Amino acid sequence: MRLPELDAVLADINRIILGKERPIRLALACLLARGHLLIEDLPGVGKTTLAHVLAKVLGLEFQRIQFTSDMLPADILGVSIFDRGSGSFHFHPGPIFTQVVLADEINRATPKAQSALLEAMEERQVTAEGKTRPLPEPFFVIATQNPAHQIGTFPLPESQLDRFLLKIELGYPDPAAERELLAGADRQKMVAELAARVTPQRLVELQQAVREIHASPALIDYVQALAAHTRTAPRWQAGLSPRACLALLAVARAWAMLDGRNHVLPEDVQAVLPGVIAHRLRPVDDVAHSDPEAVAAALIEAVPLP
Amino acid sequence: MARANRPVSRRQAWWLLAGALAAFLPLTQQVPLWLALAAGAAFAWRAALTWRQWHLPPKWLLVLLVIAGTVGVFMQYRSIIGRTPGIALLVVFLALKLLELRAARDAIVTALLCYFLVLGQFLFTQTIPTALLSCVTVLITTATMLAASDDRPAPQMQLRRAALMLAQAMPFMLLLFVLFPRVQGPLWGLPQDRYTATSGISETMSPGSIAQLSQSDAIAFRVDFKGKVPPQSQLYWRGPVMPAFDGRTWSIRQTLGAYPDVPYPVSGPAIEYDLTLEPNGKFWLFSLEMPGNLPPDSALTSDYQPISRQIVRNRTRYAQRAFPETNAGINESRAMLRDALALPSGGNPRTRALGAEWRIRHGEDDAAILVTAQDFFNRQLLIYTLNPPLLGPDLIDEFLFDSKRGFCEHFAAAFVYALRAAGVPARVVAGYQGGEVNPVDGYLVVRQYDAHAWTEAWIAGRGWVRIDPTAISAPSRINTNLAAAVPSGEELPFLARTDLTWIRDLRYRLDAVTNGWNQWVLGYNPQKQRDFLAGLGLGEPDWRSMTAALAVLCGVVLLGLTAWTLRNRRRVDPAFAAWRRFTGRLAAHGVVWHSWEGPHAFAERAAAGIPTHASDIREIAAQYARLRYAPLPEDGDLERLRERIAGFRP
Repeated sequence: MRLPELDAVLADINRIILGKERPIRLALACLLARGHLLIEDLPGVGKTTLAHVLAKVLGLEFQRIQFTSDMLPADILGVSIFDRGSGSFHFHPGPIFTQVVLADEINRATPKAQSALLEAMEERQVTAEGKTRPLPEPFFVIATQNPAHQIGTFPLPESQLDRFLLKIELGYPDPAAERELLAGADRQKMVAELAARVTPQRLVELQQAVREIHASPALIDYVQALAAHTRTAPRWQAGLSPRACLALLAVARAWAMLDGRNHVLPEDVQAVLPGVIAHRLRPVDDVAHSDPEAVAAALIEAVPLP
Repeated sequence: MARANRPVSRRQAWWLLAGALAAFLPLTQQVPLWLALAAGAAFAWRAALTWRQWHLPPKWLLVLLVIAGTVGVFMQYRSIIGRTPGIALLVVFLALKLLELRAARDAIVTALLCYFLVLGQFLFTQTIPTALLSCVTVLITTATMLAASDDRPAPQMQLRRAALMLAQAMPFMLLLFVLFPRVQGPLWGLPQDRYTATSGISETMSPGSIAQLSQSDAIAFRVDFKGKVPPQSQLYWRGPVMPAFDGRTWSIRQTLGAYPDVPYPVSGPAIEYDLTLEPNGKFWLFSLEMPGNLPPDSALTSDYQPISRQIVRNRTRYAQRAFPETNAGINESRAMLRDALALPSGGNPRTRALGAEWRIRHGEDDAAILVTAQDFFNRQLLIYTLNPPLLGPDLIDEFLFDSKRGFCEHFAAAFVYALRAAGVPARVVAGYQGGEVNPVDGYLVVRQYDAHAWTEAWIAGRGWVRIDPTAISAPSRINTNLAAAVPSGEELPFLARTDLTWIRDLRYRLDAVTNGWNQWVLGYNPQKQRDFLAGLGLGEPDWRSMTAALAVLCGVVLLGLTAWTLRNRRRVDPAFAAWRRFTGRLAAHGVVWHSWEGPHAFAERAAAGIPTHASDIREIAAQYARLRYAPLPEDGDLERLRERIAGFRP
């Protein structure tokens, strides 16, 4: 059975970001699968708005960190400052201590600052000045990055990219959607007026439910067959890691839940595959940036369903 | 055929170059230098063609090169037929074929040429390293063949597939090796020049000739004793007997009368052994003294030297019995005895005088002269050494009275000379003495440095009596080995040295493996095959029953491999089988299911293609998807799906 609250969430977002049903659905699936999202696209296509809207309709706290090249880890994690009144150091939490973090233009920061964020993402806690502080639950990072070929970027290394469950692109809207956007109401105002559709507790429950979506042996065979193909065929630079397979299965479960099913179908896997492999799998003849949809289609068509 | 005309991809070209190199490199020693360089240049050219993607050389140039190569081979060998010219021609063809890789069929031809060249290696050597090397080459060539049909998989995948295929072929190879009816001798005549460079005991013996052999640790033969290995001092391996002496050189009798069988009555206990003789390029066969039977296709000279009727060019194995206590030649002919007394006129006056003095002292008592001679050798305190001084014209005198240093040929020559001077018939016997038991496989290994010369004297009533003058002066040479007998510090072949035990151990093992290879792989002849099959309980198989057994066993192996392949294949899910039936029906209506397509996705496409059955199609797909992917499908779901599909008539 479909979950009305999730349908409502999707409807709300689609009302504000027009013509991007698929990326939005993927973003929500990523969140439900307890993963972090990487959005790569040109400035101005609605990355920030998407993050903002997601936080808003899910009733989550939201902070935005604009990454710059002179940023330091303390700017993200927080810093201890000497408090004259109490005569001791006092920790001032950084912007990361929130439920939804928008890490904007992450590849403009230096690797040092990037890794501070990525470690926090991975461990869901922050260790500063010898003390470990847990991050809120749910905790969700949406990072955006400019296409790597732009000036003044520090591309994220592959090992860091792997920490993002999904990578999506928004792309330009189609003319009809763009016209509606231009003619329609002010998006800022619409976002401000949005109401939360679920509580954070409910969100955690939903995340829990995602993990219980059934993946049959035949489906796991399929995920394995896909991975095996990427590992043996000469077409790919390096195969999918077991972590990538787990990611694929997790997002496919969330996708199945958004469809109101209690089990995963191969179609779910195929639907989320572009997002999962976009930052993980590279064809050997990949000279520049190849379209993840095309790459995923090639992979899908090479592997029969077991 | 369209497939045969497919162009050769770069990846395939690299594969072919690798295969050709693997096939060619082991043969570089065998072809003339100019050809090796020219082939290397052609390979480099091929690499450049592939690397830079240049155009292939024009046809007329290739034709010219083929003619030039063929003429070159002809000029080199004055023939284009035979082993080495044939291989050289194949190398020419391979190198040039690489330069005209236009279509898939050229690739196949190149790979087949590589296989031929692998076979060609065995015309030159058949050792274990060659066999291992050829396995690698065959692996690469097979991978090249695979790449010629499908160049997409990565190189390690191609190699793995090739290895798997070769592993599957292995049982068939073994069966064919063991069971295929053997013919006597090799299938193709090995060319005459095969063992020209073999060193060993020759027809003549002059000072220094055996000492020279003592520097070689090449194997002369191996012996497998049926019982206990006799003591070292009994291991006299009789070779060429040399009665003729010209003042410096001893040589074998020029006119060889031969006995077809052992002419003397044997006596005493027998020693049984199998001897595996390495090729020696001569007629020599070696036997423990005195042989009681003759190997097949051989004879015994009038001097009792076993000789083969053909030059020993291949490793030969024969069984013999030796009777050490036999007295041979009691009724020796006068002519033989006269030969055994002949001395060149003049020279060595002191030895002649010594002999004459012995004769006067003992009268007609030859046996007493023999004892005196041995006693004399003992008292002279002669020194056994690998580096005797050079001797002048009267070499016997100089050795016995002046330098007193010599190797076994000096001892034997002097002893025979002295006896003849005294009028006692005597002759030099060359051969091998001793040997070394390999503790790994128990074979006695006799090497060139075991070469030795001793003497025989004829005593009335006793026949030919063996006396080893070396044993008088250097008993450790006979009782132990060469290393124990020569003064320390003299240069010995590596294996004759007794220090460095671990290297010797290693050599023992290596030698045991080589021996096993020689005995069981290279030496697997019709006789061995019969013995082996009889050992398996196949009785006395003829070629018919062997062929039948071969066919049956190949069938069994094939079945086994098929079963293994089937077992490894995933069992087809019954729901999936039903789904395939369903999609097969739809395919007849123009909606083809792609094997990667999810059931719902396909159903949507099929429903759009055949709108009249849209709901049926969607329901069947949903049923199937539930069966395969939903948790805990209910009992009977599969039956319902099958019925539904059976009733589905689009």
